[in-house]
Amino acid sequence: MENRIEILLEKYSHSRRDSLIPILQDIQEEVGYLSEEAIVIVGKHLGIPTSKIFGLATFYNQFRFEPKGIHHIQVCHGTACHMLGVVSIIEIIEKRLKIKAGQTSRNGKYSLEVVTCIGACSQSPVISINGVYYSKLTAERIKQILEEIMGE
Amino acid sequence: MDNQDNANIIKFFLENVLINDPSGYPKLVEDRLEVFRRNRISKPIIFIGITSSSVCAGALNVKTAIEEYIAENQLEIELVIIGSLGICSDEPMIDIHIPGKNRIVFRKVTPNDIQPILDGVLNKYLPLEMVLGQYRHKFHEPWQDVPYLDELPFFKEQNRLILANCGVIDPNSIFDYMARGGYRALAKAIRNHTYEDICSMVEQSGLRGRGGGGYPTGTKWRKALQVSTDQRYMICNADESDPGAFVYRLLMESDPHRIIEGLIIGAYAINASKAFIYTRNSNRLTVERLERAIEQAYEVGLLGHNILDSGFNIDIVIRKGPGAYVCGEETALIRSIEGKRGTPTDKPPYPTEQGLFGKPTVVNNVETIANISSIVLNGVDWYSSIGTDNSKGTKIFSISGKALNTCVVELTMGTPLSMILELCGGVGSGRKFKAMHLGGPSGFSVLPDELDVPIDFDKLKAAGLAIGSGGIQILDDSVCIIDMVKYFMYFIQKESCGKCIPCREGSRRMLEILQNISKRPQTENGHNTLERFKGVIHLESLAEVMRDTSLCGLGQTAPNPVLRSLKLFRDEYEEHIFDRKCQAGVCRDLRTFYIDIEKCTGCTACAKKCPTNAIIGTPRSPYFVVEDKCIGCGICEEVCKFSAVYFK
Amino acid sequence: MQFNIEVNNRLIEVRKGETILSALYRNGIKVPTLCNMKDLSPTGACRICVVEVEGKENLVTSCSYPVEESMKIKTHSPRVVKARKTLVELLLSNHPDDCLYCERNGCCELQDLAIDLNIRERRISGKKSRHKLDLSSPSIVRDPAKCILCGRCVRVCDEIQSVCTLDFLNRGSKTIIGTAMARDLNFSSCINCGRCVMVCPTGALHEHGYLDEVLDSLNNPALHVVVQYGPAVTVSLAEEFGIKAGKDINGVINAALRKIGFAQIFDTAFGADLAVMETVELIMQRLETGEGFPVISSCCPAWVKYAEQFYPDILPYLSTCKSPQQMLGSIIKSYYAPQNNINPNSIYSVAIMPCLAKKFEAQREEMTHKAISDVDVVITTRELSRLIKMYGIDIQNIDPQTPDSPFGTRSSAGKLFGTAGGTTEAILRTLHYRMTGKELNSSKWHDLRFVSGIKEIPVKIGGKELKIVLANGLTGIEKLVEGILNKTINAHFVEIMTCPGGCVNGGGQPFKSGDKDVKARTRSLYEIDEVDTIKAAHKNPLINELYEKFLEKPGSDKAKQQLHTCYTKRDVLL
Repeated sequence: MENRIEILLEKYSHSRRDSLIPILQDIQEEVGYLSEEAIVIVGKHLGIPTSKIFGLATFYNQFRFEPKGIHHIQVCHGTACHMLGVVSIIEIIEKRLKIKAGQTSRNGKYSLEVVTCIGACSQSPVISINGVYYSKLTAERIKQILEEIMGE
Repeated sequence: MDNQDNANIIKFFLENVLINDPSGYPKLVEDRLEVFRRNRISKPIIFIGITSSSVCAGALNVKTAIEEYIAENQLEIELVIIGSLGICSDEPMIDIHIPGKNRIVFRKVTPNDIQPILDGVLNKYLPLEMVLGQYRHKFHEPWQDVPYLDELPFFKEQNRLILANCGVIDPNSIFDYMARGGYRALAKAIRNHTYEDICSMVEQSGLRGRGGGGYPTGTKWRKALQVSTDQRYMICNADESDPGAFVYRLLMESDPHRIIEGLIIGAYAINASKAFIYTRNSNRLTVERLERAIEQAYEVGLLGHNILDSGFNIDIVIRKGPGAYVCGEETALIRSIEGKRGTPTDKPPYPTEQGLFGKPTVVNNVETIANISSIVLNGVDWYSSIGTDNSKGTKIFSISGKALNTCVVELTMGTPLSMILELCGGVGSGRKFKAMHLGGPSGFSVLPDELDVPIDFDKLKAAGLAIGSGGIQILDDSVCIIDMVKYFMYFIQKESCGKCIPCREGSRRMLEILQNISKRPQTENGHNTLERFKGVIHLESLAEVMRDTSLCGLGQTAPNPVLRSLKLFRDEYEEHIFDRKCQAGVCRDLRTFYIDIEKCTGCTACAKKCPTNAIIGTPRSPYFVVEDKCIGCGICEEVCKFSAVYFK
Repeated sequence: MQFNIEVNNRLIEVRKGETILSALYRNGIKVPTLCNMKDLSPTGACRICVVEVEGKENLVTSCSYPVEESMKIKTHSPRVVKARKTLVELLLSNHPDDCLYCERNGCCELQDLAIDLNIRERRISGKKSRHKLDLSSPSIVRDPAKCILCGRCVRVCDEIQSVCTLDFLNRGSKTIIGTAMARDLNFSSCINCGRCVMVCPTGALHEHGYLDEVLDSLNNPALHVVVQYGPAVTVSLAEEFGIKAGKDINGVINAALRKIGFAQIFDTAFGADLAVMETVELIMQRLETGEGFPVISSCCPAWVKYAEQFYPDILPYLSTCKSPQQMLGSIIKSYYAPQNNINPNSIYSVAIMPCLAKKFEAQREEMTHKAISDVDVVITTRELSRLIKMYGIDIQNIDPQTPDSPFGTRSSAGKLFGTAGGTTEAILRTLHYRMTGKELNSSKWHDLRFVSGIKEIPVKIGGKELKIVLANGLTGIEKLVEGILNKTINAHFVEIMTCPGGCVNGGGQPFKSGDKDVKARTRSLYEIDEVDTIKAAHKNPLINELYEKFLEKPGSDKAKQQLHTCYTKRDVLL
């Protein structure tokens, strides 16, 4: 992994602190999450204390510190989705997969992320699994979808 | 298209289009532009709207179906990607333009519809039930029995100055934009006007910031221009993180060059050589479209060194916000670009004095910037003739929630709020319209009888409302107001940056109080009722302190939904607190469950699972719920295989 | 430029560009603050300092808002007081109600504020955040439950100490202060200086106390409990008893410690004399070859940890001499013990220090000899005051006494170790003698006193010019260390004190003391030096006796074994 990060950093050879977020984003894109190792390497590269990098990364929703599950479920919890009952959809997912929002299941198969708003309010409630959208969900439909991915 | 072709087209635009007045275009130029506008076509074109929202609705599958259809039938058809017209509920949408006939728009298209639609259209036969309308063009033959788009109430009542290109042009093509007058404003500004001129022009136009505050844009620019420094920065705030707002997203995905052009003009007006667009990383499509637009603008020479031979240098960098609502606040946004935690800082100093990297910085939101080119191009008098005395131009809203049509509309300032309800088709569920909520987690609900207030910064303020950034939710009577306010407060306490006490601790306590109102304790006694009642009194006093002392706009406006709902829906609060009822049936803890004796088979499943033994009966005959014992957990409903359990 | 503004219906004169808060303070109007820190730019986080400004919709924070002409301000209007009160109530609603058990009970800014604002009822209540108590560090305890997130610790660690161990983590109501990867403090880059403890308004950061251990050993008849106290302690303790800052109560401390039951009372200044002798020897040796300069002081354990973590390349330059505390600790067990027929294992050696890093230092592996640690436990000036109070000793009414032999005499040079620049001054006095064979005419080195920041100071000894660098505090330390490493800064001796002002301003000193108090302590040390008869380490007869009887001579193998050590690179998340 060290190598992949070093290669990424070549693009940021004369960078300063303002490149920190783009760098972390690139790393997460490449590796899937921010490991301690990655944070240390970035800190050395930019001359920023690791505490500051960790502090920054924990501030933003995007950054994660453990790998995503094989099935990464993103649930939109915007206003429209809330009004159309996404809370019970989240509950069903949490119950079925036995993980809470923000967690990855122990076997690494599923991870659940609740996001602010996907911006597809006409399709509420909406979730995406590994980038594939499922819209206008009902309790039955989500159970069915979960069956499908759990059956795999 | 090879490079030579591309270079020739760029040359054509630079030499003939950008710098001349359209009225003086020679016929040859005008004809060629008609080709770029896709009005003069030699083979059929299918347009498909691809935006974040339509992708969710399955537009990519429709696209694949079209491609397959074309390949299968070996047709000479061009497939063009466009943005969104704003009728999100009708997505996916496709337009079909066959030579000689008007361009026609189809709605709610699924992959299965492609075959019948295309079979029909190519043979001049229309499946009318899927048609939305047709574009008007003087040289093309209209379709029979198809309404013109501009005659549809949805478009007729709008004033689409900024949305003009949305859903019409290919957002991935700078030529599409330039063929419709794009970048002429930039050329005009940079060739004929000084920095000072542009500031004055925007000032005189009466344009006010669309982010919610309504600060005069030109004045902001002038302030930054007046600080003597070696570097200034222009920032486009495209971090639209209001849940349920999608104005910027639609605009940037459907017409990105309008934003780029406005941003360059803004940068020129404050003599900044570097500009940033801060958008959300999670909106991949937005970022992609903006990146391509910027790339094209560099290629044409509208960005970079010495643009249009003016001696002015400008670079635009996209920063992908890693997700924090508070970064919509300008000082937090600036810190985020600097590579820090996005916590707001106290003002003064204002960003126009000490902003990004300590340099004078102007932060404008997407919609504000989208207004700039039309002001420069059409002049101050034209712009200031639109709207009301103190609110010029138009305002774009995204409407969602229980609306019949989730949509984006652009209305002239001064239009009453009721028009919004009209355009979205009212409540979709057939239930009763309850309220309209403006401005998301920091906004206000408006009752049906208040909708005659015009969309105008000052008049809304006088009515105790605010225009917000444009996100609107329509509520019907299936929405519990306490649940909604609770959702907003949950959102705020989650998204508060955590820096200042009132916002961090206040939002959390307010959320708890609201949760308390709709929570059912294990044993109900008078003491609990008193606690809930006291909580509401605290809500008001907490809200006041939060508004009075919070560091930034997020905290200051966070109590708005609470205070407003306490005023408008006092009875609903009291019902929750004293009667322990939620009319809308949303607050789960307050539900009482019943068993339908018609459906119950007496299987005992619910009685076995009931945590309070509230369900009694004899096996194989209908059971019933002892109301006093029911805590409303809903387990019985979940386990019932015969859908016999219902709640009121 | 000056102009007038109206405050509470009265005109006050203010300076253009200053903040409302600074104008109010100068005019004797007190507005409470929680996050504000002198010399650091305001963050506006706590909002406690809000005032009402006519014409402004919301209240403004006086710590950050600049004065404007014809401003009309109300500092204690009902609206302002209500806001402040609510803010404190909000903080309390998420605060563990354990004031009686809290380290900071009685000297807590939050507590004071609650009293001042007359908060007498729990109006706001709710769920409290749950946190883990971090007891990992031998020096500092972190109790996030009591943290009000004012950010002072973060700022002092970043901006003053250049260590950057702490930052805000997470967001919203989940925000906490923490280290990189949210590790425990002992596994972080914390250098244990305790500046964060000194600025913390509540008990969220406090010293790792060892009073119980001390009490247990005092009550253990099998143990021979000896104690030593640092030079800065004697001029600081008085403040804990309401006596004016800077008063030296050395004799009283001796008497009190004896009353408490310590078997032997020693003065760490004796250890300092020893450190002078050894350091001077080291410098003399290097002067002969002209190599190995600069010699960098290593008596500040926080600085040593800083160097081990951030600049391991600088470690070869660090003086191999242990700190005075450890030197004295070492000879107590290796010399005093056999001399008095005591098994070193049954000696329990307590050190009272103005410092938190000393607690860490005492536990270092390098500071043990044949599995016996030089010093067993370190308590602070603050803990000493508690110990004295616990034993019911009225320090106003006891007669001063002297410390015990065989280390009963110290030079006043050793005493100077308590202040920044003092170490160098003490060393120069002996170095002068060693280089020239003559005593100094005047022992004072004015250039070395009250230095602020990092300063290069040339001194002349005999015909030779020596270059000294003083670093009073770690602000800007990177430049100095890098300068030394790349040879752009050439010096003979570098003294580095982690706390600005030196040990008198250490992390174990009385809370609520201001700059003035710290200066008074320093002055007091100089006054002691002024009147003392033995002004240099080499003139301390007991030091000479120690060398004669035990250590042979400075730099001898025996001395090396007991008094020297070396440091190695330390791997932590930087």
